[in-house]
Amino acid sequence: MELPVLSNVYAEPEASESGGCASHSCGSTNDQMGHLPEHIRQKVFDHPCYSEEAHHHFARMHVAVAPACNIQCNYCNRKYDCANESRPGVVSELLSPEQAVKKVLAVGAEIPQLSVLGIAGPGDPLGNPERTFETFRLLQEKAPDIKLCVSTNGLALPELVDEIAKYNIDHVTITINCIDPDVGAQIYPWIYWENKRIRGREGAAILIEQQQKGLQMLTDRGILVKVNSVMIPGVNDKHLAEVSKVVKAKGAFLHNVMPLIAEEEHGTYYGIMHQRGPTHDELNELQDACSGDMNMMRHCRQCRADAVGLLGEDRGEEFSIDLVEEMDIDLEAAAARRAAIKAGITEMLEEQRAAKAAKAATLVQLDLPQTRAVKMAIATTGGGVINQHFGHATEFLVYEVTATAIRFLSHRKVEAYCSGGDTCGEAETALQRTVRTLEGCETVLCAKIGFEPWGMLEAAGVMPNGEHAYEPIEEALRAVYDEMRAAGKLATPAEARMTA
Amino acid sequence: MSLTITNVCVGCYACEPVCPNKAISSGNPVFTIDPDLCTECLGDHDAPQCAEICPIECAIIDEYGESLNPPGSLTGIPVERLHELGLVPDFA
Repeated sequence: MELPVLSNVYAEPEASESGGCASHSCGSTNDQMGHLPEHIRQKVFDHPCYSEEAHHHFARMHVAVAPACNIQCNYCNRKYDCANESRPGVVSELLSPEQAVKKVLAVGAEIPQLSVLGIAGPGDPLGNPERTFETFRLLQEKAPDIKLCVSTNGLALPELVDEIAKYNIDHVTITINCIDPDVGAQIYPWIYWENKRIRGREGAAILIEQQQKGLQMLTDRGILVKVNSVMIPGVNDKHLAEVSKVVKAKGAFLHNVMPLIAEEEHGTYYGIMHQRGPTHDELNELQDACSGDMNMMRHCRQCRADAVGLLGEDRGEEFSIDLVEEMDIDLEAAAARRAAIKAGITEMLEEQRAAKAAKAATLVQLDLPQTRAVKMAIATTGGGVINQHFGHATEFLVYEVTATAIRFLSHRKVEAYCSGGDTCGEAETALQRTVRTLEGCETVLCAKIGFEPWGMLEAAGVMPNGEHAYEPIEEALRAVYDEMRAAGKLATPAEARMTA
Repeated sequence: MSLTITNVCVGCYACEPVCPNKAISSGNPVFTIDPDLCTECLGDHDAPQCAEICPIECAIIDEYGESLNPPGSLTGIPVERLHELGLVPDFA
């Protein structure tokens, strides 16, 4: 049976009529959730990992209860454990299900924006079914408002689909890097399957079959499935557009193409063999190509398997198990606080969405002259506003702004160059690296910026802008774009040539 | 006869549930195999299960001290490269 492709079924008719830009999230709002059917949108609107809007306001956490893995990936090193390292599969402290639940309740009391608990490792959550499901069961008894998510490589998925349904887990992420065993053989050196280590193509073929079967079984049961893919240049980069088509046909609601993280010091196969990761542009291009621009996820931060807080921040250290054991938590009061916060954020998001739609409608009516798209970077600590000092930023969010639309493109990680004290000797090189990270952006908006970085940014062609501090991101971007237009900086390339 | 877990074990729990003899127990820092219970899976499986699932090279050795998963055998990283980087473990 030919299954419907989400992007065809749910595309709103006006998408193709908006002219100019065929891509949907390039349309009137940058809310990628806008394309989803209402029942799915209702499920994900407060999920920071699935909704670009939500990720500014709602928090998530992972608990590291699942250490064992049943496969090996070339981008993973099971030995690695470093508190300063931020990438999937890395944790500082393994928890029992009881400890994990205690930690979630503590975080849920201290950070009332908490809406989601995910189990993501550090091994494969479904390779540790007892520990994983015991955690879900215990938490559901104590804090039923917190959504449950699980991610998996998919090998053990088909046999556990019924269990997943039983625990009311409505979001599952499957990492699918390929559907071709020859590609898989370059990504997975072995799997453990039916009491044997199976290597190479044969192992990859079994894994792929299980992933596809599990995906179909989940969507048949109405469980939301997101697919993660790691983009590995020269290995699966040309293959992922096909993967995207296939998983969407099977009903995955979101595809998250992430860049390979591989450094020699991580000790992974790819790191040691100097397999490079994709550039920002290569990643953006593939994300565009994969999606027909539907249901792509661009704000993923590739969190650690024990991350806590808003995406992009990690407050895990405040909730080590020693600290958590000492906390005295009033479950009812904490749940009430979470409910109040959620109601407030929900109302605000609805208002913003309505305002954006109205603004977009007026922009279209104005029939503005064709002006070119501009990439802009912003520094934020969350809350949907520009509120971070340039020098304190550990990441910048990059948007593409056009005459009628604002589209979130990606986040770019940097090291904060201004941490004070003993790191100052290296400040210059870190600052230079930050400036290079912003390549391609014409401006960077932040709460404040120092004299020295200002000069370096300007010299690099990135105009610093501190005039929109504490303003909502999209309003500020729109204002800057309008200023650039008024200053005559936005003629389309064709017009610029004509006037030259 | 019995297999032994070495000091390079990362404590990932993968081996514990797959042992047919319940010979493996968790420990800090490394897991241990009870030599009185371990049969090297003879009669149960074609190959010792702990060594089949273990992701860490040199973490499981036989009674002669030979590693069941020698350097490079699980990651595919060339052994010369591991030597260059000082990544061949000194296990015991």
